[in-house]
Amino acid sequence: MIRAPRTFHTGIDVKPMSSETDLLLRRILTDVLGLKQGQAEGFTADTGLFGHLPELDSMAVAGLLTEMEDRLDIVIEDDEIDGELLESFGSLLAFAEAKRAEP
Amino acid sequence: MTPVTWPCPVVRSRVGGGGTGGGFAEEMALTFDRGRTPRLLIVPALFEEASKLRRLTVEVMRRLDGAGIDSFLPDLPGCNESLQPLDAQTPESWRAAMAAAAAHFRATHVLGLRGGALMLPDGLPGWRYAPAKAASLLRQMLRARIVASREAGVSETQDALLEAARRDGVELAGYRIGPEFIIQFELLLPSSSDNLRDIEQEALGGGGLWLRAEPDEDRAQADALAAILAVGIKE
Repeated sequence: MIRAPRTFHTGIDVKPMSSETDLLLRRILTDVLGLKQGQAEGFTADTGLFGHLPELDSMAVAGLLTEMEDRLDIVIEDDEIDGELLESFGSLLAFAEAKRAEP
Repeated sequence: MTPVTWPCPVVRSRVGGGGTGGGFAEEMALTFDRGRTPRLLIVPALFEEASKLRRLTVEVMRRLDGAGIDSFLPDLPGCNESLQPLDAQTPESWRAAMAAAAAHFRATHVLGLRGGALMLPDGLPGWRYAPAKAASLLRQMLRARIVASREAGVSETQDALLEAARRDGVELAGYRIGPEFIIQFELLLPSSSDNLRDIEQEALGGGGLWLRAEPDEDRAQADALAAILAVGIKE
């Protein structure tokens, strides 16, 4: 399962909804999941992703991670990829924010 | 829309690096052919992305037909209706196949979709729609495999997978890919030509359909892409 950076805790409140990473991540999920405009705004930290949405298979997850790298300007290592990372919108967002905060 | 067959050069064998020279085999193509002068050869997107973009591709062909432009969508050998083994194919054999298709259908223009832009025949004017880098496509397919293996409790890395793939080939996202394909594909760069123009996704509006977890369609995107092509062809 995906190992998050050490400073990261699941289940705890995510950053304010207005952060840039939050916005970009919702846009990426909109493209990958084919959501209607505005639909991703309803996502909360607890909204389930991998394992909750049958269409989010390994190929779609790989596409999602690659888009995150491109649009968030981060690099995701193989050993960081596991199911917990993609468990919920909150865990994915926390991972993305921690990654972007890396020097 | 008419499905037809066309003669495609066959790769000789996997042993000794493949290459063409093994005669010809029939491959399928979808065509809108009314004997008109603008004749567009469309090189499909690669692997999984071809399925994701199939509907968009054919919808664009219908619109071009309405605009007086013939179009041709050949199968890449080893894909779709092809009887050739996928794991015998290489980027070189796919390029040779698309060059043969361009000649057979007397194409006047070409369009490469995503990774298809890596397989365009030389010499014809045309477009690359959201061209993908070979290294990025490969990385994404390796990553899909790593995600799937991780779910099954197996830990794999891109480096180790690639090393084995160069030796023995590899199965990625259900596609059995030969070692020679991997070796050539890693280093493949898009065909660069003054004759080719890029169409970025932003020009179509909305997110790229190849990104979707499930294949989908988008009429507005098909309208936009067909309009760009029709205007460009008639310039």
